[in-house]
Amino acid sequence: MAEVAEKQVAEPIFSKKNRKLLTDPLNGNNPITVQVLGICSALAVTVQVAPAIVMSIGLMLVTAFSNLFISMLRNTIPSRIRIIVQLAIVSVFVILVDQILKAYLYDVSKQLSVFVGLIITNCIVMGRLEAYAMANKPWPSFLDGIGNGLGYGLILVTIAIFRELFGSGSILGFKVFDAMGITYTGNGLLMLPAGACMMVGCYIWIQRSLNGYREED
Amino acid sequence: MEALINIFVKSIFIDNMIFATFLGMCSYLAVSKNVKTAMGLGIAVVFVLGVTVPLNYLVNEYFLKPGSLAWLGKDFEKVDLNFLQFIVFISVIAATVQLTEMVVEKFSPALYGALGIFLPLIAVNCSILGAALFMVGRPYSLAEATVYGLGSGVGWLLAIVALAGIREKLKYSNVPGPLKGLGITFILVGLMSLGFLSFMGFKL
Repeated sequence: MAEVAEKQVAEPIFSKKNRKLLTDPLNGNNPITVQVLGICSALAVTVQVAPAIVMSIGLMLVTAFSNLFISMLRNTIPSRIRIIVQLAIVSVFVILVDQILKAYLYDVSKQLSVFVGLIITNCIVMGRLEAYAMANKPWPSFLDGIGNGLGYGLILVTIAIFRELFGSGSILGFKVFDAMGITYTGNGLLMLPAGACMMVGCYIWIQRSLNGYREED
Repeated sequence: MEALINIFVKSIFIDNMIFATFLGMCSYLAVSKNVKTAMGLGIAVVFVLGVTVPLNYLVNEYFLKPGSLAWLGKDFEKVDLNFLQFIVFISVIAATVQLTEMVVEKFSPALYGALGIFLPLIAVNCSILGAALFMVGRPYSLAEATVYGLGSGVGWLLAIVALAGIREKLKYSNVPGPLKGLGITFILVGLMSLGFLSFMGFKL
């Protein structure tokens, strides 16, 4: 045990392995496009950029901290009731995020409506808890949470930029096309959930063409 | 009665969990590879939604809403436990799912064999918690909440069986490599969702 503890201290906080935990989910092991987790909110909150950013930050914090705490408790949780324990811990952090949003960013909180609450059942959180935090040390688990949150945020914000720019002609509420002196009629399809679905489909298409990942049927 | 039927039809077609709000997408995409398993999961979702939405309605009505603890006496009239909503709802759902699993296992091993693996999955299906949260935001009565829960479940069942049917046929078509699997499924869901848009404005 003492040896293990020493080894952990000897390992630099941002060793190569730990850095990989942060960067892997951005592309090769992206939670949305490769692991197929957390799709619901990715489609629902991406009509505009601002809620997408807030949602990503919220999810990143929840994933990171619940990963951290579950990882610390991983040896004491009986495996039969682990789902309930995980849900309880996750919902504590979600309540925190929700209350903070209600207090400081009321408009965005109203816009996100039930989707903040739905972070509890967001598969990314549960998926990472099951797949990573239950078997790894707290610090790498924390980084894994941050990394997956970033990977999720990357997709959310990319899709939101396209949807807001071409759907309503603005970014973060700033009318881009009007400022350039072009009259732009918003593309209604992108404002609909259907448009979001097709955008994610195309994003996956482009990403997989670039990184060569193929799915076997 | 008319209002109930209206809510039922509305929650199946117009406010379809999948096509209008995109809830429960994860298991929707993961378990829609063949019609039989899709049907099993769908039925389990209908059941769990039909039970948990009214349960959560009662919990919200008698414990969580501001002033809802008045039945305990005068001292509790001003208590507002609304901030506990998420944790209480998810506990009710997780407990119901666990209980259902145990009851089904005990009394109907055949049904357990068919649904067993899906039941634990359902606790973390966003559509269950989502339906509870939507229900709170609307002025429903107990009967209306039950009908809403069942309707949402049936809508979800319809959506997953339809997608599974299409994906079974899709095996025989020549999809470009990078688009295979997840990519084409997303585009399919998008197209199906466009189809469901035609129900918009549909009133009984």
